[in-house]
Amino acid sequence: MDRIPILKMGEYLLVTVQVDMHDRLAMTLQEDLADRIVKARARAVLIDISALEVVDSFIGRMLGSIAAIARVLDAETVVVGMRPAVAITLVELGLALPGVRTALNVEKGMEILRRSLETSRGNGAATEAVAQPTDADAQG
Amino acid sequence: MPVASKSADLIRKYEGEILQDWVQAQMSAVTSRPDLMQKAELQEQSRALLQNLAQTLRTGADVADIKGAAWQDVRDFLDSVSQSRARQGFSPSETATFVFSLKEPIFARLQRELAKDAPALAAELWALTVLLDKLGLYTTEVYQKSREGVIARQQRNMLELSTPVVELWEGILALPLIGTLDSERTQLVMEALLTRIVETGASIAIIDITGVPMVDTLVAQHLLKTVAAARLMGADCLISGIRPQIAQTIVHLGVELGDVTSKATLAGALAVALQRNGLAITRSPQRPA
Repeated sequence: MDRIPILKMGEYLLVTVQVDMHDRLAMTLQEDLADRIVKARARAVLIDISALEVVDSFIGRMLGSIAAIARVLDAETVVVGMRPAVAITLVELGLALPGVRTALNVEKGMEILRRSLETSRGNGAATEAVAQPTDADAQG
Repeated sequence: MPVASKSADLIRKYEGEILQDWVQAQMSAVTSRPDLMQKAELQEQSRALLQNLAQTLRTGADVADIKGAAWQDVRDFLDSVSQSRARQGFSPSETATFVFSLKEPIFARLQRELAKDAPALAAELWALTVLLDKLGLYTTEVYQKSREGVIARQQRNMLELSTPVVELWEGILALPLIGTLDSERTQLVMEALLTRIVETGASIAIIDITGVPMVDTLVAQHLLKTVAAARLMGADCLISGIRPQIAQTIVHLGVELGDVTSKATLAGALAVALQRNGLAITRSPQRPA
């Protein structure tokens, strides 16, 4: 497997890591994801790492930089399904991933993303009241 | 290779006498503990050691090398005596005296037997002294090891007992910590907490440190590690049970708790956790009498 599939669902991008990540795979994912966020105009990225059993400092840093890249492109990132052993390893490595939002499972992760998109849209609605009808038209 | 062949014959010849004197000496010595061991048991142990000793000496075993294969039986026997005495509450010197006190009855008989042959007597006495000293010290070693085993086991038990993770409410876990946090314990606590987070799907964990006697920079670092690990699993942590004294220490030491919410009491933390989960506790309008 030479790349990890990225699924698009509306404004969300879903990434499910089903294999153990090696360095090259993580680099590819980072590049692909940056491309897809721009192309798909995604507002939120959900990365499911529940199948990931082994992490090293490189993969840990990669998760952090993916989240940072997404933030620069104005997309929220949430990492879900981290295993206890993986969490302990990352903490012991000194990688607490301060900029990354986390959730226990996909369901909770989606909930977090949905809520944060709603808040940002709510703020947007207040300042750009004029633009709102056109948005609604476009969606309808 | 120093051997004590004459003693072997001597012990066989006077076994009954030596045993009687030896047990008598042990019973009347200051280190005697009649409260811990009956005379019959002492007699039995003494007889067994004496026989073991005589048997091994007869094979011409080297008395300077009690770690050798020839002394296996004697060592095994002393192992069991030493371990059982450690459990019964004997002190190490009382245990070692069991072996040392054998010198007097044997030496007395050797002296009588070899009265006319001074060089042989001296050689025999020296060989026996070396042997019994080594065996006595060996019992002390075993005693210490079995004590250490007890301590290690208790430590393990304490670790297991001291890391309960309880579910306070749906989606709210509490981790009451009791005792000092070292890195080994932190590891266990972390594992227990994270496993429970997965099991219960909890979104908030309250770490209660009421039972932690002191919080220094190291303990704080361990706490923050646990908080970071829980956050990676998608659960927020609150720290509660910070006593006034501990709060002062934390500030004086300049410990940074970061953006972790801390509360003085577990009740306060529970209130925050409920609020974050969109829950509230209200007083019922009809209070039961």
